[in-house]
Amino acid sequence: MTTDDTKRYAWVGKSIPKVDAAAKVRGKAIYTDDISLPGLVYAKIKGSTVPHGRIVKIDTHKAEALPGVLAVIVGDPTTMKPYSVNNYLPTEQALASGKVRYYGEGVAAVAALDEKTAERAVSLIEVEYEALPFVLDPREAMEPGKPLLHDFAERNINYKGEQDFGDVDKAFAESHLVMENHYYCSYVSHAFLEPQSVVADYDTVKGHLTVHTCIQLPHYFHQTLSRALELPMERIRVIVPTVGGGFGGKTEATPASLVACILSRKLGKPVKITYDREEVFQQNKGRHPAYMRMKMGFDPEGRITACDFDNTLDGGAHSSWGFVTLWFSAALTQLPYKLPNVRFRGRRIFTNKPTTGAQRCLGGVQVRMSMESLLDEAAQKLGIHPFHIRMVNAVETGHQTQAVFDVRHSELKRCIETVVAKSGFCEKYGKLPFGRGIGLACGHYSTGGAYLLYKSNRPHSTANIRVDTEAGTTVFVGATDIGQGSTTVLTQMVAEVLGLDLAEIHIVCQDTTLAPMDNGTYDSRVTYGAGHAVKRAAIDARDKLFGIAAIKLDVNPEQLECAGGFIYATYSPKKRIAFREAVHQYLSTVGPLFGTGSYTPPQPSGDYQGKLIGPTPAFGFTAQVAEIEVDVETGKLKIIKYWEAGDCGKAINPMSVEGQVEGGISMGLGQALFEEMKMSKEGKMENPNFHDYRIPTTMDMPEIDATIVESFDPTAPFGNKEVGEGPVGPVIPAILNAIYDAVGVRITEVPVTPERILRALGKLDQPSKNKL
Amino acid sequence: MKQVLSLNINGHDRDVMVSHEDLLVDVLRDQLGLIGTKKGCGHGSCGTCTVIIDGEAVLSCLTLALSSQGKKITTIEGIEKDGALHPLQQSFIERGAVQCGFCTPGMIMSAAALLSHNKSPSIEEIKIGLSGNLCRCTGYVKIVDAVEVAAAKMRQLDAAQKGA
Ligand code: FES
Ligand code: FES
Repeated sequence: MTTDDTKRYAWVGKSIPKVDAAAKVRGKAIYTDDISLPGLVYAKIKGSTVPHGRIVKIDTHKAEALPGVLAVIVGDPTTMKPYSVNNYLPTEQALASGKVRYYGEGVAAVAALDEKTAERAVSLIEVEYEALPFVLDPREAMEPGKPLLHDFAERNINYKGEQDFGDVDKAFAESHLVMENHYYCSYVSHAFLEPQSVVADYDTVKGHLTVHTCIQLPHYFHQTLSRALELPMERIRVIVPTVGGGFGGKTEATPASLVACILSRKLGKPVKITYDREEVFQQNKGRHPAYMRMKMGFDPEGRITACDFDNTLDGGAHSSWGFVTLWFSAALTQLPYKLPNVRFRGRRIFTNKPTTGAQRCLGGVQVRMSMESLLDEAAQKLGIHPFHIRMVNAVETGHQTQAVFDVRHSELKRCIETVVAKSGFCEKYGKLPFGRGIGLACGHYSTGGAYLLYKSNRPHSTANIRVDTEAGTTVFVGATDIGQGSTTVLTQMVAEVLGLDLAEIHIVCQDTTLAPMDNGTYDSRVTYGAGHAVKRAAIDARDKLFGIAAIKLDVNPEQLECAGGFIYATYSPKKRIAFREAVHQYLSTVGPLFGTGSYTPPQPSGDYQGKLIGPTPAFGFTAQVAEIEVDVETGKLKIIKYWEAGDCGKAINPMSVEGQVEGGISMGLGQALFEEMKMSKEGKMENPNFHDYRIPTTMDMPEIDATIVESFDPTAPFGNKEVGEGPVGPVIPAILNAIYDAVGVRITEVPVTPERILRALGKLDQPSKNKL
Repeated sequence: MKQVLSLNINGHDRDVMVSHEDLLVDVLRDQLGLIGTKKGCGHGSCGTCTVIIDGEAVLSCLTLALSSQGKKITTIEGIEKDGALHPLQQSFIERGAVQCGFCTPGMIMSAAALLSHNKSPSIEEIKIGLSGNLCRCTGYVKIVDAVEVAAAKMRQLDAAQKGA
């Protein structure tokens, strides 16, 4: 087993500023909307004004007559093929044809010489709808006789799944205690600050399309474009400029990206579309609202005997990441506790709302909310401390779940002990004055991905490296930096292997023509998967140099190392050759110096429905404590302080890790306290702007005390595991558990508005609309 | 009707063609290529378009280009001096206050306006000063820290200058 050789690392484990930070603070980083090309024209999309309706007539005459308008297009089933992120149950089109399924769905688009003209032209398009009955609540949508969104989806069920491990009923019958409760997890969106934007540039002479857009998964996007536009992949190049945040929301093609391509192809000019904030909210693809029933059995010591989880996910209008989210919510029940018997029943339902999809800690936020809340309820019934009930159940290294996920490494127990000690949880829990409380919750997330969205055995990440005396060391890798800092950590890894300075390494990524294939930025897979690929590519190149250096230095190549710009003999460091010199020798005697590396995760070994989703090569863990204060008169809640202790394996860049944890906690906190997309009775989103859809500001953030629990995952490129998603999960339940400690009421729905608190305290009596 | 307007931006007078409804943010970005100023919402609620006008942090998406005439406008491109970064830019880099970077220019402009009025802000004052600038990536911890560090650095520089 590999161990941590931190002491010997030059770059790994160091808090290095991000390689693109200087460009960003100077306003020099180029995001998609900053791009201007010769002859660029602008387009706008006309959104529907009904949540469900048949398109009877679209009159584009006035728009076409407006000076400056270049083209007007409407939905067309023959040229606008339905698509979805993985081509599974594709339902979405560049522009809707036949009918619309949510308020704001695009029905027509205009290209014009400038943006204002395009906007004006869009307002001149007249659309006549035959309004259809619509449905906004997934529980209603499943009832017989309700309006159907898609012909293939009976009772609006997009997808449903079942899993059974062990004998749950028998385990419940034999349990000392069985607990059950219902939970509602809310409708929230990513709220990344950069609105999606696209510049499509079709070369009519060559028949080539170049698309600049902020997309997390350029490879899948590339495939989607090819299918939807019926253009071979090799004629399409996707370039991803700087991305202004993604959080899962930029994993799919936007309708605008397809519209821009179609218009560019039609006009032979580059076309730009940038969403306004309202469109960003309407396009959504954010977190799935979930109506959950969680049931768990316990033995007298608090060990979980069985878990039975029922989950109804609100999918909105289209397929998106629906079935992946459903299975992830099943997979995420399997950890971070030892569960001998597990049952899952779930379904994803279509409703006439902006579509839900992938959002940071996909599937996990919902599961953590219900499981961690119920665990505290059980602890109280059993007379066991919330700290102890987690310690007896926490998974350890070597654990295999019922769904055959191998936990090759876990420091969860140390995370719990650390966060409990640092927060004084045991001294405070149950002992703070009325109105003040403290809550504990744990979480985890998968690392490295296991699942390719289409049938293929190809590696999930690939990297090529070119070492040259003139051009320096260039790494070609498909990873996408969406702000999380992957380019920085991959640079650190390559610098580490080759013993070079960071400034000597150039990374070429985010370009499907220049960089090799990579699955993209989702499922917390980049630092692990692309990390393996670049490390292997660097080792491949390095070993070739060692061949030359070994002869020169007269030592065995296995006894050579790279550091500080030299290749030297491990046991007699004075025998050394400058890296540059070795490269020069190689180029002159052998030829161009390249290295390649790739990464393929282990194949899932389970045999059950949904087996491909969840069993990743590694898992990150986190334990969190919230201390809060509730004003019982107003229902207002204040977070006093927040603690986190996480096992992300070896932190390649501790400063970046802290940034991920702090950002993750803030996203969780927003959902816990106030974020919610609100729909009017007419099916229109009521708050598609940052005034009314509030995300945390500086004033909402408590002091955060985050600890990196030192660890090392032997399967990872440098011992590292995920940290980007896991920390979001426990925030809601840590706060809910703290509320119980503060005022003795269990809140089972988010956001925890003052009204919800007052209602729970018996000070308001109208029932909650989301209660199951 | 468009008219020629002269705007003083980052110390230079620049002629632009604007109509009475053109917003400063669009003029900066589209006509002058000053793309460091961002447009995250267009409605005055995210702060990414913040610039400094006559010493005050202003949302350029709520500011008409016409109304900026005769004033001194500073954008993110204008706060470095002779190629040397502003202490805020330096501390944002070093303290890990930058993730996706989309909020960063606006955040730095708000912080610069704050520090020009208050050389030793408390943490609470920094938070209030930046409360109109949203960041979805960082949870603000490192941003607030970076502003504190820059403030200390600027006080040091001030003292050194006075001493000299
Ligand atoms: S773009 Fe001006 S405040 Fe958001
Ligand atoms: S760094 Fe991404 S929004 Fe602030």
